[in-house]
Amino acid sequence: MIAKAPKSSRETILGKIRAALPQSAPLPELDATGPWQTFEDREARFSEVLKFVGGQTVHVKTVAEADAHLRTLEPWARGKVRCTMVPGLGDTTFDLKAINDPHQLENVDYAVLRGHFCVAENGAIWVTDDTVHHRVLYFIPQHISLVVPASQIVNNMHEAYARIKIGEHRFAGFISGPSKTADIEQSLVIGAHGARSLTVYLVDEL
Amino acid sequence: MAHPALAQAFVDNRERAQWHDKALWFVREKRDRMASSVPEWELLRETASNIKRHTQSRMAEYLEQFEANATKNGIVVHWAADAHEHNEIVLSILKRHSVKRLVKSKSMLTEECHLNPFLEEHGIDVVDTDLGERIVQLRKETPSHIVLPAIHIRKEEVGECFHEHLGTEKGASDPNYLTEAARNHLRERFCRADAGLTGVNFAIAETGGIVICTNEGNADLGVGLPKIHIACMGMEKLLPRAKDLSVFLRLLARSATGQPVTTYSSHFHGPQPGCEMHVVIVDNGRSEILKSPEFRRSLDCIRCGACMNTCPVYRRSGGHSYEATVPGPIGSILTPLQTPEKHNSLPFACTLCGSCTDVCPVKIDLHQQLFTLRELLDNKRLIGTSKKLSMKVVSGVMSRTWLFNLLGGIARTSLRFMPRFLIYNPLNAWGKQRDLPDAPKQSFRQQYAERQKQKGGGKS
Ligand code: SF4
Repeated sequence: MIAKAPKSSRETILGKIRAALPQSAPLPELDATGPWQTFEDREARFSEVLKFVGGQTVHVKTVAEADAHLRTLEPWARGKVRCTMVPGLGDTTFDLKAINDPHQLENVDYAVLRGHFCVAENGAIWVTDDTVHHRVLYFIPQHISLVVPASQIVNNMHEAYARIKIGEHRFAGFISGPSKTADIEQSLVIGAHGARSLTVYLVDEL
Repeated sequence: MAHPALAQAFVDNRERAQWHDKALWFVREKRDRMASSVPEWELLRETASNIKRHTQSRMAEYLEQFEANATKNGIVVHWAADAHEHNEIVLSILKRHSVKRLVKSKSMLTEECHLNPFLEEHGIDVVDTDLGERIVQLRKETPSHIVLPAIHIRKEEVGECFHEHLGTEKGASDPNYLTEAARNHLRERFCRADAGLTGVNFAIAETGGIVICTNEGNADLGVGLPKIHIACMGMEKLLPRAKDLSVFLRLLARSATGQPVTTYSSHFHGPQPGCEMHVVIVDNGRSEILKSPEFRRSLDCIRCGACMNTCPVYRRSGGHSYEATVPGPIGSILTPLQTPEKHNSLPFACTLCGSCTDVCPVKIDLHQQLFTLRELLDNKRLIGTSKKLSMKVVSGVMSRTWLFNLLGGIARTSLRFMPRFLIYNPLNAWGKQRDLPDAPKQSFRQQYAERQKQKGGGKS
């Protein structure tokens, strides 16, 4: 059991807040169907935005087709240390189950991972920690692919939050494109700390 | 030193000052394009503002709810009344685990608390991992912008700095090359770190978790490898419901950098197996500001930086001229509220053009607050009496609305019709180095009112 900071600061802070309490104001209703932006062709919008943020979308019928495409990607072919969470799509060159310290994943060149659904408005994909052994697999490989059922594209973030249960995973999140920075003179550079490339496979039969 | 003197020093380097101005205006334009591509943008701002207003009115309750749910998730929650206590809590966690090397992702709160020097005094190696922050840290400076920490530094200077510290080639200034060097240098630091520390973009009362947004992925690498994750948050980061995130995530990156969303929006609801996760909730003067009806809305800030990018004074004077953790319009409110004696010139670093208020995603009435604050400082009612802030009942901003509208009108008219020599005369510090942007013919307020009229009424 970890000792907590003295209760007194907690009481002091809460006491001060209670004393300051501004007039009550209602919490706005938030409806997934509200007057929010929707798209006639969600997939087209998703691909367009993902391209804008530096990623690419590949629509395929089957996992086998995705696999054939993956093998044509230079970063995958060049990568020595690879792993996949999607049977039949790419391969795993080391014993993933034997990894008990995430530091051992430091040298992964390419990882093929699962995404649950895509968001058309901003090119984001929802990922969770239950489909990987270590959450750092989304961030530490040099390149990643996310594999998502082609039918799973929502319009906007309101629809997105309506279909996920926040809190059921210790780690979950949206990923939109490869890692990037513009901290040197506002010049966009892809591949800051995380993945240098992101390829999203939208698969019909998954 | 007061703001005008420091701004002068920045403006003296003409070439840099002009570049700075242009670079930020470019970010502002990207923000505009993003905002106008979302038809319901104004509704999103309004909703965000209302969610924040509600949250403030029940802040204590939501904090308790957050604490209870976070604890259920296995997160250890700490409370810090001030910067000192915050730093002590962080240090005690690190000491307990004999942490020698800490990696940090961006957190304006820890800047505010001066955590880095404190930890370094206690023998802890602290590495800022956001690229801009790392550059600033290696140069022994502070960030000059809350989203773009190194916006005041030219690529040649980054090259020099990396040559000295990371051994890159002398004279190299290509951003791709320099970023690659930083990536390799920081990867090694990530892998060796004993603990990771992050800020918090949003904390969710209903689920007891936190959300952290980055483009680089540095927060996720920083907390994904070591066994200890410490997240530090100002108490105002709270949101009641998970679905409130939909509104704020749509606004944040679009307002900040003109991106549809940040690359990584990570939701943390507990430690990894065998690891520890701590959240430190910090007051440090926030509950004082909460008491003040004129200024409490400044706590709604989601630190997007849009008000800085648009501010004619900030763009031309540089972030360091504010001598504040948070510069620009929002910093010119928050900082003097905390340290009025030292920062009494900041509310005057403002043309009252109102552009900050127009872009703020949570609709903080920035320029009105700056105006009110000037008056308080002018009358010396704030200076030396910061503690009394809450008790001061100024007749209210409302009674002066006409004055704002008038002043705004004058500024807009004069920018359009005043001859150049008047705007760019030696007495006008802000016109000094380059042309001011064209002033809109109508204020946002007028435009909005007109649009509403055309729509056939409806409340704004
Ligand atoms: S005050 Fe508004 S515009 Fe300025 S940083 Fe905060 S949220 Fe952004």
